[in-house]
Amino acid sequence: MSIDLKTVKHISKLSRISLDEEKAKKLKSDLNSIFKWIEQLNELNTENVEPLSSIAETKLRLRKDEIKSKNIRDEILKNSPDENKDFFVVPKVVE
Amino acid sequence: MSDIINLNLFELVSNIKDKKVSSNEVTNAYIERSKKSKHLNSYNEETFDDALKKSKEFDSKPNFSKKLPGVPIAVKDLFCTKNVKTTASSKILNNFIPTYESTVTQNLWNEGAILLGKLNCDEFAMGSSNETSYFGNVVSPIDKNLVPGGSSGGSASALAAKLTPTTIGTDTGGSIRQPASFTGTVGLKPTYGSCSRYGIVAFASSLDQAGPMTKNVKDSALMLEVMSSFDNKDSTSIDFKRPSYSKDLSIDIKGKKIGIPKEYRVDGMSEEIEKLWEDGKNYLKNCGAEILDISLPHTKFALPTYYIVAPAEASSNLARYDGVKYGFRTEGKNLIDMYEKTRSEGFGEEVKRRIMIGTYVLSSGYYDAYYLKAQKVRRLIKNDFNDAFQIVDAILTPSTPSSAFKIGEKLNDPVSMYLNDIFTVPVNLAGLPGISIPAGLDRKGYPLGLQIIGKPFDEQNILNIAYSMEDKINFKFDAKDWWMK
Repeated sequence: MSIDLKTVKHISKLSRISLDEEKAKKLKSDLNSIFKWIEQLNELNTENVEPLSSIAETKLRLRKDEIKSKNIRDEILKNSPDENKDFFVVPKVVE
Repeated sequence: MSDIINLNLFELVSNIKDKKVSSNEVTNAYIERSKKSKHLNSYNEETFDDALKKSKEFDSKPNFSKKLPGVPIAVKDLFCTKNVKTTASSKILNNFIPTYESTVTQNLWNEGAILLGKLNCDEFAMGSSNETSYFGNVVSPIDKNLVPGGSSGGSASALAAKLTPTTIGTDTGGSIRQPASFTGTVGLKPTYGSCSRYGIVAFASSLDQAGPMTKNVKDSALMLEVMSSFDNKDSTSIDFKRPSYSKDLSIDIKGKKIGIPKEYRVDGMSEEIEKLWEDGKNYLKNCGAEILDISLPHTKFALPTYYIVAPAEASSNLARYDGVKYGFRTEGKNLIDMYEKTRSEGFGEEVKRRIMIGTYVLSSGYYDAYYLKAQKVRRLIKNDFNDAFQIVDAILTPSTPSSAFKIGEKLNDPVSMYLNDIFTVPVNLAGLPGISIPAGLDRKGYPLGLQIIGKPFDEQNILNIAYSMEDKINFKFDAKDWWMK
């Protein structure tokens, strides 16, 4: 199965990474060589194999839903790319 | 004391405790040497002034009961350090100053260590040569044309060049063990769940583990003892009784059964690596261990599995870099345009490639064919190890299929770059501990490493095996300071 330019552009949209035409072409060729190599997994029959999603395979621990860090608004906003001290600011979304 | 920088960590600690040398003298020695070693490009951020201040504070009120009393340490720039810039070697985090500390680095400071600076690495730890860093490639002290390996390349370079007495890295598919192997140092990837992931810039959460990189095995035991802890802030941290690895270290491995997996004898493996492996077996036999041939039948599927699982997790983890809450932002004509431009300009080529791979394998219509398939093969790979450990106590393999390669050599061929991690990746997929120790030089004079893989939480055992081999191998390499100005 080969990945065409249309698919590359679709993945780029899903990834929220803009691509110019030249980069998209380069990526198409990279992805095709990588996936050609990945395809060897199809040699294996995995029909009755349970997928492994986490190595720890323990139940996630539950904890009380309580506030542990108080008054850290300034810390949270400290690295905001916009200078505003009260909010995270983004381009206008609602007209 | 003139040869501070030549002491290993253990010697350094006892010299400080015996008051033969002060923390300030040690810190000064490493800073002076680091300043003359800019050519290696191993530091992203230097915290020298602060380190000197802290060393004086330590000397004025020394606490010698600590495990790392006043010891200066530079760490990989993937660990968040409070009020010290943490970039993961990416443009997108170029201005990020964490307001919190990673658990692993906090554990170091709690035992008296002092931060020297943040070390270069591949961008978001994605790479095997430290060439994907936004801050430029790192040079290996072994030779001027060589990569130090990756992704913990700055850590390996700084350690081998004696710019820090020990360091820490992270290992998702070999990022501690491969650079350790390339630079003639010791690198340990602990069992998944041993060291907390809290405050480490996430790459692939089901594979990421922090671990020590040191001059010798005993130092790794000491560092692991300090780094490893149960942590409520990491949902996959595992609560188990952590041994005193350095205190319990022993060269007695009589009767231990060591497996040699036949599938690791890969096509085109050089005679030098064959011989290294053979020598390794002989060292172990001389230590009284028993060598057994074993099979890990799904080995060849480990890398393609990894290159589905790791990018899938990365694409999800890196979704947080959107230019809104922190990090780099490019303005756009609307919100979506801002996201797309920020991520396009903020991420480097390899990171974008992996995000795209991950997005593709998770996307509608491809999930079952790729991601689910990979998770199933991952189970088979883990089962291989489970079966092997019914018969043996540990497994011996080469750490890498070759010695360090040249800068630029593999940059345009992603698959050939990925193949570097062929012996290390299965260990991450199965969540096992693995240690790489320097075992010899190839005919070009570059270091080669051997890897010992253990059962989950059996770090003590692989440390003991490594310790007994180290004693027999007696590896020596001196880089001759060619890069110093």
